[in-house]
Amino acid sequence: MNRRMIAYMIGQVMLICGALMALPLLVSLIYRDGCWLSFAISIGLSAGIGAALVFISHPDMKTIYAKEGFIIVAISWVALSALGAFPFFISRAIPSYIDAFFETVSGFTTTGSSILTDVEALPKSMLFWRSFTHWIGGMGVIVFMMAIVPSQNNHNMHVMRAEVPGPTVGKLVPRLKDTARILYLLYVGLSVVMTIFLLAGGMDLYDALVHMFGTAGTGGFGVKADSVAGYNTYLQWVITVFMLIFGINFNLYYLVLRKHFKDALRSEEMHVFLGLWLGSTLIISFSILNTHASFGDAFTKAGFQVASIMSTSGFATENFDLWPQLARTILFMLMFVGGCAGSTGGGIKVARIVMMFKTVKREVNKLLHPRSIGVIRFEGRTVDDRTVNGVAAYAALYVLVLAITFLLLTFDTMDFETNITAAVSCFNNIGPGLGAIIGPAGSFAAYSSFSKFVLSVAMLLGRLEIYPLLIALDPATWSRSSR
Amino acid sequence: MKIIVVGCGKIGTGLIGSLVEEGHDVTAVDIDPDVIGDITNAYDVMTVIGNGVDCDTLEEAGARSARLLIAVTPRDEVNILCCLLSRRMGTHHAVARVEDPNSSDRELAFIKKHTSVSMFLNPSKLVAEELANMLKLPSGIRAEYFARRKFEMIQLKVKADSPLRGLSLSEMRQVYKGQYLVLAAARGDKVVVPKGPFVLESGDEILIGAKREGIEFLLKELGYWTNATKSVMIVGGSRTAYFLATSLTKQKVKVKIIEQDRKHCLELCDLIPDASIIQGDGSRRELLEEEGLGSVDALVTLTGIDEQNLLMTIFAQKNHVRRALCKIDREEFTELASDMDVDSFVSPGSLVNNNVIRYARAIENSEGSKMETLYRLMDDKLEASEFIVQPGFEYEDMTLAELSKRMKENILIGGIQRDNVLIIPGGDDVIQVGDRVIVVAANQPIRDLTDIMKED
Repeated sequence: MNRRMIAYMIGQVMLICGALMALPLLVSLIYRDGCWLSFAISIGLSAGIGAALVFISHPDMKTIYAKEGFIIVAISWVALSALGAFPFFISRAIPSYIDAFFETVSGFTTTGSSILTDVEALPKSMLFWRSFTHWIGGMGVIVFMMAIVPSQNNHNMHVMRAEVPGPTVGKLVPRLKDTARILYLLYVGLSVVMTIFLLAGGMDLYDALVHMFGTAGTGGFGVKADSVAGYNTYLQWVITVFMLIFGINFNLYYLVLRKHFKDALRSEEMHVFLGLWLGSTLIISFSILNTHASFGDAFTKAGFQVASIMSTSGFATENFDLWPQLARTILFMLMFVGGCAGSTGGGIKVARIVMMFKTVKREVNKLLHPRSIGVIRFEGRTVDDRTVNGVAAYAALYVLVLAITFLLLTFDTMDFETNITAAVSCFNNIGPGLGAIIGPAGSFAAYSSFSKFVLSVAMLLGRLEIYPLLIALDPATWSRSSR
Repeated sequence: MKIIVVGCGKIGTGLIGSLVEEGHDVTAVDIDPDVIGDITNAYDVMTVIGNGVDCDTLEEAGARSARLLIAVTPRDEVNILCCLLSRRMGTHHAVARVEDPNSSDRELAFIKKHTSVSMFLNPSKLVAEELANMLKLPSGIRAEYFARRKFEMIQLKVKADSPLRGLSLSEMRQVYKGQYLVLAAARGDKVVVPKGPFVLESGDEILIGAKREGIEFLLKELGYWTNATKSVMIVGGSRTAYFLATSLTKQKVKVKIIEQDRKHCLELCDLIPDASIIQGDGSRRELLEEEGLGSVDALVTLTGIDEQNLLMTIFAQKNHVRRALCKIDREEFTELASDMDVDSFVSPGSLVNNNVIRYARAIENSEGSKMETLYRLMDDKLEASEFIVQPGFEYEDMTLAELSKRMKENILIGGIQRDNVLIIPGGDDVIQVGDRVIVVAANQPIRDLTDIMKED
């Protein structure tokens, strides 16, 4: 195992983390909220450790393989979360380190679960940093690193594959660096467009940026106690539409950019994603009709909430915990689905769900016609068996991790519904759960430190799609004899 | 530059590696998902799974906007068709691997005209030409040619008993007079363009450039020259064997080919009437000895299995066969071969890479000074290239002594050809417009003649 190269790349990630903290530092100076020193110390800390790692590791051999790729991604994300928590902790905005860690993990993994009971009490720069972590975590910090750091390494595909979610990871253009750049350009471009739309709706720049971060990363941290309920219908619809946009595979936007509109519109995954949104929204609209003034109002609220859950953002315009059981159940089930592969959303991913259904269909067909040969087609091409098996294995692992998370939460004193939705919500990077405690109106503050740690790990597992962290935690990975 | 490589076999994979290193945007196409999986992991390229003669696949690979497509699947027809399709789609240049011995030059010219294939690539023929050149020279030496074969570069190893050992380059100049230049030296895995005080040690590989007539004299002085090869035994009746045998029989060298497959033997009999064809297992010692291994001047092993080729070569060296040459496909083995003192081997991959890279560079700077020839030597760490000086060259009529002060490190002007006369340059010579200039550069690519100057 190329330990030096692992240290080198993690060092680079830390340096970038330090650089990114300069933005909230600036915000702090603008608003004079007195937090600049916390950021300055944190920047010094992460840049210092990062520079030391880069300097000490000094790798002669730059070749890395799949294993190193997984480990780099896993450790980078943990390190990022640990360092990102320091501004909250140092400034005493969040006095307990485990709480700050939970909040930062929730930010970077674009979950949006919070332990804050009074969001509005936090200094502006802290809230800005909290939301900015969503934006960084959305497309991934390592993809960002690849886009900006020059490298002669041909093997970075292993790292990219470990960080970018979805059953298969493809490139847009021959060079990985250019692919990473294009992804970030699309990301930045869409973010700018969204900010303009929000500004046009009367938000001030600070609010617009914070909500853009939360939407683009499909995170869901807001700056108001009632999330986005206080904003007008236009703004709610802007956020709805952009949550859906950021929940769709970014490769499609590249196709649009290259004027391949037909190919982009043909995407099976997008059809299922938008179909699910429309179907669920209609059902929920009818189910909540009697508590709302008009169908239009109900449709706005339902559409926002379904988009929020499906894209795994977790914003809320209404306390959906008070909605009828049918609506609640649909939302709960949608928590599992998540966004499209190659988007900034979490969850199992629509692509996997579609493939799983097709596999089941093939198996049933095989039972009826034992000699039949069936291939699974997705997006107009045959899916090879390795991918199909990979999806099935992922599903099994997914259930297992969810079960363990749920089990570990039961050491706490919460009720069944709270625990299961906490596990599902964190693991799928959504944010709020159901029930009075962790519902959209509540927070995760009531959980014990142990539970918060378990949920933090669950969030990381969910964002990185389990394997990287699992491999990094396996002692066999680190033994000298295994290369 | 956008380049598509269709077919990721030994040749294709090697090409992808070199092209990526050259800084091109490469898309690899192959029909086997496993092969594509390996390529994705090893190289920074885009990959497409599919058939190279399928329009959708080519479209997906970007044939509409690519500058160059290289079709190197094992099948000639597929390659030609692939090139035809991509050219029609809009690819600027298309290179097809065509190895069929039955395609004559006239036939290929016809195909070229009607399918708009830009260049044919024949790895077997390249290997055969290289082997034929090596057979003309003494053992342990390989040669490359420039300026329409007027300028020759030879690469030789300084052995422990060599008279060159311990001499500095300036001393060597005084001992061995004549018009030649030491262009480069490789010690371990480092390659430099050496200066006067550089002392030669045993184990160094050196590259000497001289006029073609001068080389023979120098080699004799150094004690390298031996008699010409008159009879050759070839094991393995591949396409390479065919091309080699044809060129050897033309020079009245006696050729004996040992091939296992009877049908193949009959074909070879038909194609090369002057060679004697033996059917049998060439790796069997008795057969080799029976067919007179002891009395031939050279053994060339061209079977498809590298290990077999290597072992037969070592066996031949032990039996005091004067020359033993072999073909080694896999790059890993070429290093091993140098360690085992098998100093005469040919690697098809690097020959093909040189050819294609030269072609790609020529496309890239179709304006500016035109690159005529490119060789990459010493594990590709050294490049020797030939340029024609175009009007507007800034440093015209500046003496080389003056010029070399402004040149980058590890670069040397090895030769100048003016009006069909080759000059082995000294400090007083100058470069003029219209000259062919041979540039040697270690550890850096030279794409244009202006690349040799320091940036100020």
